[in-house]
Amino acid sequence: MKLSREEVVHIAALARMGMSEADIEKAREQLSNILENFEVLKEVDTADVPPTAQSINLQNVMRDDIAAPSLPAEDIMANAPDREEDLFKLRAVLDLD
Amino acid sequence: MNSTNNLYNLTVHEAHELLKAKKVSSVELTQACLDHIKRVEPKVCAIVTVTEEVALQKAREADERIAQGKIAPLTGIPTLIKDNMCTRGIRTTCSSKMLENFIPPYNATVIEKLGAAGMVLIGKANMDEYAMGSSTENSAFFTTHNPWDLARVPGGSSGGSAAGVAASEALFALGSDTGGSIRQPAGFCNVTGLKPTYGRVSRYGLVAFASSLDQIGPLTKDALDCALVMNVISGYDRRDSTSASESVPDYTKGLPHDLKGMKLGIPKEYFVEGMQSEVESAIKVAIQQLEKLGAKVEWGVSLPHTKYALPVYYIIAPSEASANLARYDGSKYGFSYKDTESMWEGMEKTKQFGFGPEVKRRIMLGTYALSAGYYDAYYLKAQKVRTLIRRDFDAAFEKYDALVTPTSPTVPFKIGEKTDNPLQMYLSDVCTLPINIAGVPAISIPAGFVHGLPVGMQIIGKPFSEPTLFKVSHAYQQVTDWHKRTAKL
Repeated sequence: MKLSREEVVHIAALARMGMSEADIEKAREQLSNILENFEVLKEVDTADVPPTAQSINLQNVMRDDIAAPSLPAEDIMANAPDREEDLFKLRAVLDLD
Repeated sequence: MNSTNNLYNLTVHEAHELLKAKKVSSVELTQACLDHIKRVEPKVCAIVTVTEEVALQKAREADERIAQGKIAPLTGIPTLIKDNMCTRGIRTTCSSKMLENFIPPYNATVIEKLGAAGMVLIGKANMDEYAMGSSTENSAFFTTHNPWDLARVPGGSSGGSAAGVAASEALFALGSDTGGSIRQPAGFCNVTGLKPTYGRVSRYGLVAFASSLDQIGPLTKDALDCALVMNVISGYDRRDSTSASESVPDYTKGLPHDLKGMKLGIPKEYFVEGMQSEVESAIKVAIQQLEKLGAKVEWGVSLPHTKYALPVYYIIAPSEASANLARYDGSKYGFSYKDTESMWEGMEKTKQFGFGPEVKRRIMLGTYALSAGYYDAYYLKAQKVRTLIRRDFDAAFEKYDALVTPTSPTVPFKIGEKTDNPLQMYLSDVCTLPINIAGVPAISIPAGFVHGLPVGMQIIGKPFSEPTLFKVSHAYQQVTDWHKRTAKL
């Protein structure tokens, strides 16, 4: 099964991954090749097998809600690509046109 | 000390004895490592950031502590940390352009614990970008070279940690292991490397790759050092809700000189097609050595779902990665591509130019496996087969104390040999992937050489059986000297 160009573009859009034309063609080739190797899983009968999401026997982990100091805002903001005072500065998320 | 017995060649436990007896100071030991780094680093390229000033400052503090008689086993010991563990105030890059200038505002729990024990941080080790790879060739900065043959890879993704210890740039290192990233490079570089039981070591402050598989562990010169490091870094952490509350034993206690009463199984599926015959022979000789030590060895054990581990891994790990790496959108930290019309385009370009090819490949693969219409066929199916792989191990551990396999099917490959074929690269982890899928612990120890290149032996145990792995490894290292051989640089 070979992925179509449209499928690759669709996945890239879901992942918000920018891609050049060359990237798309290469991804088509390599992802198809990898997916082909996943086909072998079809031969395993898993009709009565529950899925494993993680390997430890923990369910929801609860803890008391204890107030504690957070990191200083300045420490967090020091890595911000763009800021205004103690806020991360982004461009408009909603396109209002 | 004469030139053949330089300080940087010491194990942690040897250095500890000298520090404790005040025959050597931590400043002397640290300076010896820093000078050695200057000599060998141009050849090995294991370190992204050498933290010389921090190291000497911490060494002075360690010496003060030792003067007050407050020495702990890791006090004053020069240490290399894989560059995906957050170090407060010290650049943590994940060997990615995305985090090239990221300065963490906090320490990972393992860094806090090692810091409290008096560790001397000497550098941040190179790795495959975001721990995705088996050779360090996916580092955005440079490829690390195997100290045993500089034309070959050190393995990955913790290749800088393994090569750094093998080249004696530090006395030990921490790595992280999602599908073999500690054990495969440990095997390739002739060092001892442990992937602990999932949950044994806190992942808080480890840059997330695949959260249900990631685990931090030590790379050391022998099993005793590995046990010493595990004593410090193991244990429950409220900041990692998947960390285990099981009590932490003293891993250095009761390390035997023989293996009488130990039952070891040899799973036939790990002697895979395409395995180098010399590697197979070396592992068989090593297993015979375990038998001579008194272990009862049973060949031909079957873990029938082993062959599905590779596809299961390459569905689950990229799926989790695609979710974890969605956070790198250029808004809060890291690389940010700003020269675009819209916010969305900026986000797309940030990922396009901030991530390297393998990271992008895995994000795409994971996004596909989780997308509407494919979730059941890929992700859910892989999770179900994951159950079967776990059950294989559960059944085997009803009969055996541990399982013994090669760590890798081949000796270290040449730089550039597999970079054009992602699937070939993935196959180099075929013996280590199932262990992360099952969440069990496994250690790789030096077990011989083929044409001058190291061969690693993997010992796998049931959950929280790290003491068993240390027993087997330590007993083996009492009667062999592979682990004492050092690369000539």
